[in-house]
Amino acid sequence: MGKALLNVDHVYLRYHTPQGETEALRDLCFRVEKGAFVAVVGPSGCGKTTVLSLIMGLNAPSAGEVTFPQGPCPMGYMLQRDNLLEWRTVEKNALLGLEVQHRLTDQSRKKTVALLKKYGLGDFLHSLPGELSGGMRQKAALIRTLALEPELLLLDEPFSALDYQTRLTLADEVLSIIKAEGKTALLVTHDIGEAVSMADRVLVFSDRPARLKREIPIDFPADLSALGRRETPAFQAYFGRIWKELRA
Amino acid sequence: MSGYSAEHGAYLRRLRRRRQGVALCRGLVLLLFFGLWELGARLAWFDPFILSSPSRVLGTLGRLWGEGRLLMHVGVTLYETVMGFLIGTGLGIFLAVVLWWLPFLNRVLDPYLVVLNALPKIALGPVLIVWIGAGVGSIIVMAVLVSLVVTTVTVLSGFTAATEEKQFLMRTLGATKGQTFLKVVLPAGVPHMMSALKISVGMSWVGVIVGEYLVSKSGLGYLIVYGGQVFKLDLVMASVVLLCLLAALMYGAVALLEGRVRGK
Repeated sequence: MGKALLNVDHVYLRYHTPQGETEALRDLCFRVEKGAFVAVVGPSGCGKTTVLSLIMGLNAPSAGEVTFPQGPCPMGYMLQRDNLLEWRTVEKNALLGLEVQHRLTDQSRKKTVALLKKYGLGDFLHSLPGELSGGMRQKAALIRTLALEPELLLLDEPFSALDYQTRLTLADEVLSIIKAEGKTALLVTHDIGEAVSMADRVLVFSDRPARLKREIPIDFPADLSALGRRETPAFQAYFGRIWKELRA
Repeated sequence: MSGYSAEHGAYLRRLRRRRQGVALCRGLVLLLFFGLWELGARLAWFDPFILSSPSRVLGTLGRLWGEGRLLMHVGVTLYETVMGFLIGTGLGIFLAVVLWWLPFLNRVLDPYLVVLNALPKIALGPVLIVWIGAGVGSIIVMAVLVSLVVTTVTVLSGFTAATEEKQFLMRTLGATKGQTFLKVVLPAGVPHMMSALKISVGMSWVGVIVGEYLVSKSGLGYLIVYGGQVFKLDLVMASVVLLCLLAALMYGAVALLEGRVRGK
């Protein structure tokens, strides 16, 4: 494991609404090393997504801090729904982030188009999102994120809006894309199987207020794909262990 | 043109026949309307002095044309309407943008907007005349008032068509508020903006005609009021027919614009 890219250090967070306040995170500590794939699992509504907003800097913690020991780290965020803009072509959707950050050059455009082509969207560059299947749309959304060349990818339940089959194959593809592009990833999910099949470390969160309950290293041969992992006996063992942790 | 089955060909022909049938019937309705109107007047089913007739309408239009006044009246009304429409929608959209940008102001003004939307703007007519004077200015302001609030309300609700999540996406991409507006909120609101334009066209006509009823010395609204006062129903009917034509033309222009924006 490399050095820590991200350090979440004794973070507390409280939400305030007119109805009252909610403690979302309590004394949360974990780190993500460069090149790692870390998954966060926890009961639904436990504040997993909140963690991502915090890391992204869109929310400020009530106490504690989120630090990047190796200096500022470009991040990309992938949402549960693809949120492709229906009036833009696939290519223009993928370029949206570059446009927003005024980084759209011939070179960055070529790179993004090359990514789209490499991962099977070459025939759909000029199609509107409406013409794509759910899996392809989500892949286009991933490439929109990758176009910004983030070091750390924050994945917020990116597969839960998809049907089961698409979910499995896309998880497989996304994992290989992330590995091939050499990115660090933090995946938030409620799907234990998804976490085990993709991550090399799983953080189990408690009910709200979320704390880190257990950290479980996942050990599979490096060349095994997400689908390949699902076929091993070790997968079942990990699954069972995390299931028990969640219920404990 | 080949490359499809006989069955598909039959289907296409059926579609075309259906379309032609609709167009034909539309024409017939118009013909029947004017035909019965004319016939009724000739056979004295009703008093043409009260209801006029197509031939008398045509005669009146011809006479106005001959006196060189037709284009002047049409021009005045058209000018007022187009100005009212442009200012009303322009200002309305601008206000909607401002209110989207400043949620605090939006919440402060919300009840006032609701009241203004419900208020019959025509009630302000006498006030306008006192403030601005009896002339083209008052008429245009009336048209602006009638179309402004409804435009603002419609366009503002259109801006909410861009979901919170899409706006969150823009934040994750590092967008500023201006970029979020230009790239997501505005394009998502375009369909609503188009329907606002369509509503606003009709509203501008209402404002202008009412304005002309109240103050003017020329224009189609003036002709209608004048015709009514001196019992020249031919003049009233002729003006109404002209209004129908003009309103349809202007609506058509907006629909054309909408088609171009959608097609892009």
